[in-house]
Amino acid sequence: MVRYLGRKIFIYLLTFFVAVTIDWLIPRFMPGDPIGMLLSRIGSRPEAFKYLYTYYVQAFQLDVPLWQQYVNFWKGLFQGDLGVSIWMYPQPVMTIIRRAIPYDIFLLLPAILLSWFAGNHVGALAARIRWLDNTILPLGYLLTATPYMWLALVLVWFLGNQTNLFPIAGAYSPQYRPHLSLTFILDVLHHWFLPFLSLFLVMFGGWAIGMRNMIIYELESDYSRYLEALGTPQYLIRRYAFRNAMLPQITGLALQLGGIVAGAVATEVVFAYPGIGYIILNAVQNKDYFLVQGCFLFIILGVLIANFLIDLVYVLVDPRTRLGMTGE
Amino acid sequence: MLQVENLTVYYKTIRGYVQALEQATFKIADGEIMGLAGESGCGKTTLGHSLIYLRPPMNYIGGRVVLDGQELPIWDMEKMREFRYRHVSLIPQYAMNALNPTRKIGRMIAELLESRGVNYNDVLPELKRRLDLVQLTHDVLKMYPIELSGGMKQRTVMVVSTLLNPSLLIADEITSALDVSTQKAVCEMLVEFRDRGFVKSTIIITHDISILYQIADSILVMYAGQLSEKAPSEIIFRDARHPYTRLLIGSLPKVGVRYREERLRGIPGSPPQLLNPPPGCRFRERCPVAFDRCVEVPPFLEISPGHFVACWRAY
Repeated sequence: MVRYLGRKIFIYLLTFFVAVTIDWLIPRFMPGDPIGMLLSRIGSRPEAFKYLYTYYVQAFQLDVPLWQQYVNFWKGLFQGDLGVSIWMYPQPVMTIIRRAIPYDIFLLLPAILLSWFAGNHVGALAARIRWLDNTILPLGYLLTATPYMWLALVLVWFLGNQTNLFPIAGAYSPQYRPHLSLTFILDVLHHWFLPFLSLFLVMFGGWAIGMRNMIIYELESDYSRYLEALGTPQYLIRRYAFRNAMLPQITGLALQLGGIVAGAVATEVVFAYPGIGYIILNAVQNKDYFLVQGCFLFIILGVLIANFLIDLVYVLVDPRTRLGMTGE
Repeated sequence: MLQVENLTVYYKTIRGYVQALEQATFKIADGEIMGLAGESGCGKTTLGHSLIYLRPPMNYIGGRVVLDGQELPIWDMEKMREFRYRHVSLIPQYAMNALNPTRKIGRMIAELLESRGVNYNDVLPELKRRLDLVQLTHDVLKMYPIELSGGMKQRTVMVVSTLLNPSLLIADEITSALDVSTQKAVCEMLVEFRDRGFVKSTIIITHDISILYQIADSILVMYAGQLSEKAPSEIIFRDARHPYTRLLIGSLPKVGVRYREERLRGIPGSPPQLLNPPPGCRFRERCPVAFDRCVEVPPFLEISPGHFVACWRAY
């Protein structure tokens, strides 16, 4: 067990190192000049521009050699300092991300968990009820094949634009400041519903189809047939099949949860929802090295932590993994 | 005592019925181990499974199955449920994969028994005795199937399948995936189970006739969905009357013959399509002694006590 965990942790640390290095490299490969873009927004006179340019290049430490920038980046990382955003100068990257992440979790966590739960159960039912299968299967394929932003646009059009049932942008109405009151909470939920629904529907389709296929596979497997030949009632066979069919779904859930930090870039852009996805788009457009880096760092962390947790969960739920550890 | 009368089972396909089992009539006495032999696709598995687990694409066409004086509702999957395991049980071909991989074996057995209204703790002492009998430690109850070797899984399944002392046990190709020494052990266990009264009648489905010679009291040979011959094992090997049985026995390798010098004999030709089989005896295309009469189906007649043959040349 200790050896197994040790090995896993080592592999995760190595992956983290490589991923973060790539994360540092990629924004710097982008064409364009972030400082130039920052200054063009300020719109100063030419002589001031030159002076400010040198000032900012120094302030962001972009004048030192690349290897030094890389070392500085790691140093800062260990102190929890991800630098200062260029786009939202002079706010620290950490502050921006910390402000955005709750929106992602608030949006994605319910969407992922509820769609997973509902999808698994509806899929399992569809595996044995003919009429449900005939409706859920095509619907599921349709939903899961739908691009998130397309469904989001359709929802915005019908439920926002045409019927005015729901607001179409932002996390709350602009006249409010975030505070704790019933009206504000209702307003937040009102804004939250459409992006949530668009994510939920697409994910639901995928889960339901996956579960339906897995259950059918399990019900056709040898252990199910054996139990049936021994006259076991259906409820027991189904219980076994459901449990075994859940294993791949748990992996899928973990991968989805890993993407929780930035799993909804398209959706957040459509709804102008102020999560990490929305920030990434702006950071990229503004060549904001530090912000892009910071966002991706959190994505990397999310994916790795989720994978690690799932490795642990598998040890608990699947005896084959648990027993395989000693045989390594 | 198992009586099968005119049992006919077809497979439903989009091109029509595949006539896999035609008018099977035979008896198995209490304590009899009957081997069911024939080449692939001859209907032996269809026959075996139809006695316990007749489900689509298998279609019940007609016939009766009477076990210990009680007719089995084999055409009704739900009504049959009650008879499975308690009266008719199965050791499946896939015994290696027959146990749920994510349940401990003891717990799986407990859940299986409880679902059939049997208290696990009542049966546990007997279960342990039987594990001893097949030389498995009691620890297998605390293990997952993955922790067992193939042979151990096979023996576990044998114990599980016979735990409720069924009247009829169907052992489907249970030696196919085993090495020779394990095959012998498994066969001896089946005899042991019979001798100890765990099961009354046993049907061993196999394409390996030489195994039957060692353990079966009688052998039923099938060809292309029809019964060819049933007789005590000695007679099948020494004095078979159906040309197919003779050729089948004749094509077995013999001890002391070098097959480098003498070619191993086979039966020329191949079995007919069962989708639209030719009328009459289905072996007649390959039969060396076929004649005009063979276009009629030969009845399965008892030509001497316990020796049944379906061949116009044999009566």
